[in-house]
Amino acid sequence: MKKQQLVVIGNGMAGARAVENVLARGGGEQFEITIFGDEPYGNYNRILLSNVLNGSQDPADIFLNPLSWYKENKIRLHAGARVNLINRFDKTVRVAESGMIVPYDKLLIATGSRAFIPPISGLILPDGSLKAGAFGFRSIDDCHAIIKKARASRRAAVIGGGLLGLEAARGLVAHGCEVHVVHLAGHLMEQQLDKAGGAILKTTIQNMGIHVHVEKSTNAVLGDDHVTGLAFKDGTTLDCDLLVISAGIKPNVELGVRCGMTVERAIVVDDHMRAVDDMSVYAVGECTQHRGRVYGLVAPLWEQAKVFAAHITGAKPAPAYHGSKIATKLKVMGVELACMGVTEAKEERDEIIQFSEPKRGTYKKLIVRDGRLVGGILMGDISKAAFLMQAFDRDSPLPEERLSLLFDLGAPSQKVTLDEMPAAAQVCNCNGVSKGAIAACVASGARSPKSVMEKTRAGMGCGSCKGLVSDIVAWLCGGETEEDPSVHYYVPCIPMTKPDLTKAIRQQGLKSVSSVFAALADGHEDAASKPALASLLSTLWNQAYEDERDARFINDRVHGNIQKDGTFSVIPEMPGGVCTPDQLMRIADVAVKFNVPLVKLTGGQRIDLVGIPKDQLPLVWRDLDMPAGYAWGKSYRTCKSCIGSDFCRFGLGDSMALAGKIEKRFRGIDSPGKLKLATAGCPRNCSEALVKDVGAVAVEGGQWEIYVGGAAGSHVRKGDLLCTVDNHDDVLLYSGRFMQWYRENAKYKERTYTFVERMGIERVRAVIVEDSEGIGSALDQAMQESVEASRDPWLERDAPKTANQFAELAEGV
Amino acid sequence: MAPEQVIGSIKQIPKGEGRTFEVAGQRVAIFHTRKGDVFAIGASCPHRNGPLADGLTDGTTVICPLHERAFDLRTGAGIGHDDCVTPYRVRLGGDGTVFIIRDLTGREHTSCAASPGE
Repeated sequence: MKKQQLVVIGNGMAGARAVENVLARGGGEQFEITIFGDEPYGNYNRILLSNVLNGSQDPADIFLNPLSWYKENKIRLHAGARVNLINRFDKTVRVAESGMIVPYDKLLIATGSRAFIPPISGLILPDGSLKAGAFGFRSIDDCHAIIKKARASRRAAVIGGGLLGLEAARGLVAHGCEVHVVHLAGHLMEQQLDKAGGAILKTTIQNMGIHVHVEKSTNAVLGDDHVTGLAFKDGTTLDCDLLVISAGIKPNVELGVRCGMTVERAIVVDDHMRAVDDMSVYAVGECTQHRGRVYGLVAPLWEQAKVFAAHITGAKPAPAYHGSKIATKLKVMGVELACMGVTEAKEERDEIIQFSEPKRGTYKKLIVRDGRLVGGILMGDISKAAFLMQAFDRDSPLPEERLSLLFDLGAPSQKVTLDEMPAAAQVCNCNGVSKGAIAACVASGARSPKSVMEKTRAGMGCGSCKGLVSDIVAWLCGGETEEDPSVHYYVPCIPMTKPDLTKAIRQQGLKSVSSVFAALADGHEDAASKPALASLLSTLWNQAYEDERDARFINDRVHGNIQKDGTFSVIPEMPGGVCTPDQLMRIADVAVKFNVPLVKLTGGQRIDLVGIPKDQLPLVWRDLDMPAGYAWGKSYRTCKSCIGSDFCRFGLGDSMALAGKIEKRFRGIDSPGKLKLATAGCPRNCSEALVKDVGAVAVEGGQWEIYVGGAAGSHVRKGDLLCTVDNHDDVLLYSGRFMQWYRENAKYKERTYTFVERMGIERVRAVIVEDSEGIGSALDQAMQESVEASRDPWLERDAPKTANQFAELAEGV
Repeated sequence: MAPEQVIGSIKQIPKGEGRTFEVAGQRVAIFHTRKGDVFAIGASCPHRNGPLADGLTDGTTVICPLHERAFDLRTGAGIGHDDCVTPYRVRLGGDGTVFIIRDLTGREHTSCAASPGE
């Protein structure tokens, strides 16, 4: 088939990104691509121009695609060629200077925007250029010109106190100028900040030696043939010999106007990023207007480029862009800033949560509507930005405890910002991956946290650094990370979320892992996905589950935890840390008889016999004659306890008996992650029930408080109070119901501390305690079935399930 | 032609799993895939000596149970890392007997650098 001609006008971030996306979708097979760029360069990251201006980055460092990239991808680049006419009727574009005419089948307009030059008297010369000494701040050429001038300049003024203006000011300071920022509005960065935030930023910036004038309207630029100063509406003047105009941007829409397309503030596009008047013409980036909005930030541009690429390459269903929610992290002159949504309360029901510490330059303000974040400003301390931006973007319910939205309470703060973090700093302590290694991986093309994690193994150990790795990747990519859709899949080889997968498994009656691969993964087995599927199927089908042993991790095949030398640990059941003298003696006898290398108390109040070779496991179990302690798998593990009311003089409730009942009921129950429980006989919590997946704490009045989602391992979190109940039976009921809900809804390996935070404790309480979804009795029933289906796996000592199940070395023949 | 040695019956290895065998004083992990194929590679993970026969497998890969290093069962080549293990040629007889091509001293097995598929 003959390839279609795709012509792109604009070689900036939008145009090049759109083409990258087209190529990533295999569009190179469909299209011959031609790009026209106004500037005589390859394309560069305009966001980093401020770094070029202040000297912290070389211009060469900000190029995104070298010229070789165009060549490799067979893209014809016409750099320095300005298209001045689109002829929509014969489908061609024309370059004025050379007279070159190029035909297109599909056209993409990505002409971006230019600096808006306000109509100030004496600024613009009759030929349309700026008076000598005055500059826009939009391109590499602008940067070079400003730097050259700044070296000889004493005093510089910047008109415009938005993000770019402040960045320009910072750059000029670096070149030794005295800098004045002149801003028309009442406070700085009024797009992103409210008045109070703007005032604090002003103080912070003034402390850096920059003069800030707000509510200052410039009437005229003084000087005959060169800028010598500014005259203001209030009658005052300011001497300066260098002037940078950064008063906003103006979309480059002339091409659209000239060829008769609908242009309002910018070229109007539909949800497929097509010009509303012409099915063959698309537009993305700052030159477009979508549903009435024109965006000037990079994140919406990425989304638009993605939709464009998917649509033009024929993705089904036709992809649509629905507009962007704007949330950005910025660094303005070293001040960290995160902004999202509105800056002021807009409706009566909006609540404002605010914290201000002007002396330290810290300001936080959140605008909450119906329990959801509709706007926010974080300045100075943006440690909560990742959480809040996510909550804003997903419109997810906020925790009721509003204070925790602004601060990390009780936990040491992460003082080191990503900027300051040295390249050698170890990010993943399990696999020894440094920030530098992550940066190298991103530089080599990885754009999603998941791909970086797979390539570097960062975050693949205990997983506690995954958030930090994601933050670093996002920071390195300037916020333009790509989300890998598979992060939402239950297992990577089947493109379904857990609820969808559960539905498919139920509908098709899939009872074994191999049948799931056959029915839902085109028959392709995936080793890494097996245990996750086995866990889900066991939860769904209980006794009807067709257990295939090859789907289990080795720990679950031989019922012990594998050690570094390939031996295993044996931990018998010991609920609440209680055992009889007889059991204790048996354990000792076994340790002597089998010459066990290490006998150790575990964190779960049990006794661990470590270093048992695989073929001795059945013999050890037989001599112990105690039930398995399930200390190896993704399942209910154990329940710790304090002494409780039996002997302790503070004891309020019988925690030991409760721990025994819990263990007898829930032992061996599979779950997405480990379940570690504890009971405490009084609020002193000697058994640490507040930091367990489920913890029960006796309180005065014969009652028990149930806490869920606690953790004290790689992650530390105090559990949330689920409810307070009157007796042991209710503890069993509600903790069982919670665990069942967790089993059915958590992602594989997702511990309760993440799960509870993801669901929100309010929702957990509603479902489990108030039975808001009417599934309470179904959950109880499902848990009961699992309890009944549970068998002590150590009984396999007498009846192995597979050939050579416990053989260290399989015998020939 | 290198001599063959009988390992034993395929029934010694459950489908989808691996077992460690000793062949001429060397430990070899032999796998029996769900599709019925048989593969053999060196028994220890070069990373930290994890027992590869205890790893999870699918039709073509095994994942070491200790630190999740993956290897191609066909070539012994590491997947996503540079370590590799020795691949051995095995053959399944019509009666379910597994034979290994015994040339454990020679250079017949592929070296890391020359692993196909890399």
